[in-house]
Amino acid sequence: MEIKVLGPGCAKCKATADLITRVAGETGKAVQIEKIEDMRQIVGFGVMTTPAVVVGGKVVHRGSVPSHDQVLSWLN
Amino acid sequence: MSADITAPSRPASGPAWLWHIGLVVFVALWWLVYRQLIPASEWITALIPVDRHSHTGEAFAFFFYDVPKVMLLLTLIVFAMGVVRSYFSPERTRALLAGKREGVGNVLAASLGVMTPFCSCSAVPLFIGLVSAGVPLGVTFSFLIAAPMVNEVALVLLFGLVGWQVAVTYAAFGLIIAIIAGWVIGKLHLEGWLQDWVRDIHSGATAPDAADDAPLTMVERYRLGIDAVREIFGRIWVWIILGIGMGALIHGYVPEDLMVRIMGAEAWWSVPAAVVIGIPMYTNAAGVIPIVEALLGKGAALGTVLAFMMSVIALSLPEMIILKQVLTLRLIVVFIGVVGTGILAIGNLFNLLF
Repeated sequence: MEIKVLGPGCAKCKATADLITRVAGETGKAVQIEKIEDMRQIVGFGVMTTPAVVVGGKVVHRGSVPSHDQVLSWLN
Repeated sequence: MSADITAPSRPASGPAWLWHIGLVVFVALWWLVYRQLIPASEWITALIPVDRHSHTGEAFAFFFYDVPKVMLLLTLIVFAMGVVRSYFSPERTRALLAGKREGVGNVLAASLGVMTPFCSCSAVPLFIGLVSAGVPLGVTFSFLIAAPMVNEVALVLLFGLVGWQVAVTYAAFGLIIAIIAGWVIGKLHLEGWLQDWVRDIHSGATAPDAADDAPLTMVERYRLGIDAVREIFGRIWVWIILGIGMGALIHGYVPEDLMVRIMGAEAWWSVPAAVVIGIPMYTNAAGVIPIVEALLGKGAALGTVLAFMMSVIALSLPEMIILKQVLTLRLIVVFIGVVGTGILAIGNLFNLLF
């Protein structure tokens, strides 16, 4: 499973990527996390607030650090 | 996977009525504590072995009264704003602003700038999101100027430390600057001064629209309010204590006539100097307003102090560096020039009127 975290390298973006890594570790799922920090690419997803999360090419979250349960729901 | 995208899918914790009652109890408690602030601060100050009427005594009394007062006010107002903001989103703001004419659009954009959840690290995607959806450049600027300048932390601190009149004045003139500066930038037709890659997005297809937000429940909105309080406090509590501590020192020790001479209404150069000094200074409202209060108390002119504050908050160097990704240097200079002129005008107007 491929998950992209969109954000210009702010603290919340890092927290989001870390959270996903941690939850993936807990569930034992193989997850590939890609951090996208280039503004052109971020804007290309139509996202207006960061951090945003893209799962399977679709924006599933934007504007905040997601909750643990949200991450869990994406992984399943 | 659910279609529900931004709504936090946290476990339900207690029925909604419990939350409503909890809120009422909290507000009642808040009010009781707030009313006890003066006696409590005097009591704490009395414990410190210094003369209450000495410089040190004055400084301590100021500190022990203002820190809890500001913290209490912030908790309530930031929570309320967090709940109100949950009814707004950048996506909805974009939909409201797209295709709006200048003029009406500037007014609407400045107002929405106050209400829309906004963090400076999202300034660039937000800017592009607005411009690419056909929001005129000047209208986008009205939004971007109002969003940081008229924020609830600044207003609460002004209200709590200086008085409601100054808070209302600041909010009104902050909005006016955002509206007029955006309108002027729109009239200048500087779309060609955006960075090339932004222009390309502009001329091309608009960004794909993200799915609509599912409506939130009231409990979820309360939670967003609590999150807002937690986030703001995590970010600014140090600034508040430092700022008020600094204010307390000015309060206790700086001689009055010095401030009147440097920042009084008679010194014609004081407003421009305040604006110029404010630009490279980067602190948020929490840090600058306690200092502002103390300066006012020492005879600095209101217009000069407001100009300084607006300049510190609205024209910050770090924000310019972020915006450099989308704006050419020329456009940033115009932006600083137009907003700076507006602040200058308001500062001088105030010094003339009051």
